[in-house]
Amino acid sequence: MNFAASPVLVLTLPTWRSRLLLSVFIVGFAVLVGRAAYLQVLNDDFLQAEGESRYSRVLEIFANRGRILDRNGEALAVSTPVKSVWAMPSEMKPDRRQLAKLSLLLNLPEAEILKRIDDTAGDFVYLKRQIAPEIAERVAALHVPGLFEDKEYRRYYPAGEVMAHVLGFTGADDIGQEGVELAYQDVLAGRSGSRRVIKDRLGQIVEDVESIKAAKDGHDVTLALDSRIQNLAFSQLKAAVEQHEAKAGSIVVLDADTGEVLALANLPTYNPNNRTRLSGAQLRNRAVTDTFEPGSTLKPFTIALALESGRIRPDTVIQTAPGTLSIGPATIRDAHIERALTVAQVIQKSSNVGAAKIALALPAQAMWEMFQRMGFGTSPPLGFPGEAAGKLRPYRSWRPIEQATMSYGHGISVSLVQLARAYGAFAHDGILLPLSLVRIDAPPEGERVMTSETARAVRAMLELAVQPGGTAPRAQIMGYRVAGKTGTAHKEENGGYAADKYVSSFVGFAPASRPRLVIAVMIDQPSDGQYYGGVVAAPVFAQVMAGALRILDVRPDKAMTPVRPPADGDEVKESV
Amino acid sequence: MTRLSLLLLAILMACALALVTSQNKARKLFSELEQEQERSRQLEVEYGQLQLEASTWAMHARVQNIARRQLHMHVPEANQLKIVQPEGLAR
Repeated sequence: MNFAASPVLVLTLPTWRSRLLLSVFIVGFAVLVGRAAYLQVLNDDFLQAEGESRYSRVLEIFANRGRILDRNGEALAVSTPVKSVWAMPSEMKPDRRQLAKLSLLLNLPEAEILKRIDDTAGDFVYLKRQIAPEIAERVAALHVPGLFEDKEYRRYYPAGEVMAHVLGFTGADDIGQEGVELAYQDVLAGRSGSRRVIKDRLGQIVEDVESIKAAKDGHDVTLALDSRIQNLAFSQLKAAVEQHEAKAGSIVVLDADTGEVLALANLPTYNPNNRTRLSGAQLRNRAVTDTFEPGSTLKPFTIALALESGRIRPDTVIQTAPGTLSIGPATIRDAHIERALTVAQVIQKSSNVGAAKIALALPAQAMWEMFQRMGFGTSPPLGFPGEAAGKLRPYRSWRPIEQATMSYGHGISVSLVQLARAYGAFAHDGILLPLSLVRIDAPPEGERVMTSETARAVRAMLELAVQPGGTAPRAQIMGYRVAGKTGTAHKEENGGYAADKYVSSFVGFAPASRPRLVIAVMIDQPSDGQYYGGVVAAPVFAQVMAGALRILDVRPDKAMTPVRPPADGDEVKESV
Repeated sequence: MTRLSLLLLAILMACALALVTSQNKARKLFSELEQEQERSRQLEVEYGQLQLEASTWAMHARVQNIARRQLHMHVPEANQLKIVQPEGLAR
């Protein structure tokens, strides 16, 4: 049979069959196209995200908190990474051996660890924060399931308690809580950022996709503080507070030319690296936040005002006999009775009667304005948290007795920093400088509060006060002329004065021919029987001043002859 | 016409391969850069720690103690001091 005649060839299929097949294919393709369009166009966000999650990662970039340096670049506060260990309680099932090791490494009792991972319903609990990286590594090596580590920063303060009040400290989250750490939080704080990268199978970063947020490291802060002087000031203050069994003490050292705070220390203090069991008394930055009635250290201001007004001259004689002055029912007394004193001697011998008489000749408003100008009654804008303004009542409510007592520092309260700054005006030829915690290169513009002649005249009187015959011969130092004033005041308590509680202070500067440093010392409640500022506070001043001038290489302005300490009872007792 | 097409195809292939290689190279280099940056961060951290250590060793109280106790140093007495005027600076 030949092929052409095959019956199969003549067989005709119905056309619907081919049509059907064709339409099945068309529908099939349409479905595919539709699905593709759905995935690519309508639902692409989801798939895109799924795909990216397999290769792209968002990494956090940590930013460092700035360091705090002293004026010579020595590090005073440095942040360094540490680890925190946390657990996911639902997943964490340590075995016996792991638990024992963990407890040893973290210094936590086993029961405590178990309690913590039992207690929490959620899936996050810190086991220990801020542990050293080496320990964290050994913890990680235990491979406990459900135990994780995070990077954190911890701040260290190498100087410890010596600078605690100036520097302050940061909390666990690296945010400043006290002192400079708080005051300069904005400058110091870094801003951590994040970026998106592509990682390969091995976890290596192969491509930087985008920077989501740029990280910014915090800036360093260079303080005006000189750590050598700070150390000296702290150790001398500590010795004095211990020797005189005092409750507290503060010292401030200022640069007379620039108003920079070269040292500031308080006692009691604390160790910022270990802050368990801190009391409020330890935390207080007394030199800045506490005010006290300064006593006689305020006399020079009244005298300066009287000199300015032209009512008196340094050699004007003031009648101080019989050593008392009655104003209404109140009586002002001198401890040391003299018949008549010159104005300079009023300062030298610290006569309350003399100061009161001079004050009463002045208008109350002028006195109030002078105190105000000197910065009393307003907080010094140092930037420290909780700066005290002190108490200076408006002059309209002053009674004559109050005006008289204010002249020798009662009925008015100041902080030690305010007092030191105001003395800076005498040291800096009548110009009151703003204070600065950070190092400044150009001397700031001050405000003239008295003529330079007045400042010099008061300086000469203050020099008399530290010489034999004055109230503070113990403030003398070898090789330098010193000027300063003692203060001894009863402590205010329950609205009155405590009979046996005193605040002893000394404020002064040196070298007197051209002052470089102003130092103010305050010892609160010395209880070993001695309480005169000239005995308790002046020696601290002398020690710190002598050391600081040597550290700063200041040229002596006096012959290098040893200073003879006064024999007991040889110095003039101050009126309290 | 065919010849031109073939030529263009060859060029296209070459370009494609070059792209792949350079991408690979770029990623390798980038990963190296990343590692170096990580190292620099580590060094930065170490520098901070060393600074801390240096500050701790240089604590004034410690230095003073060593100077006093071990080296028997002391502040000079008045009669041991001599002040020298810088030249050209008359007193």
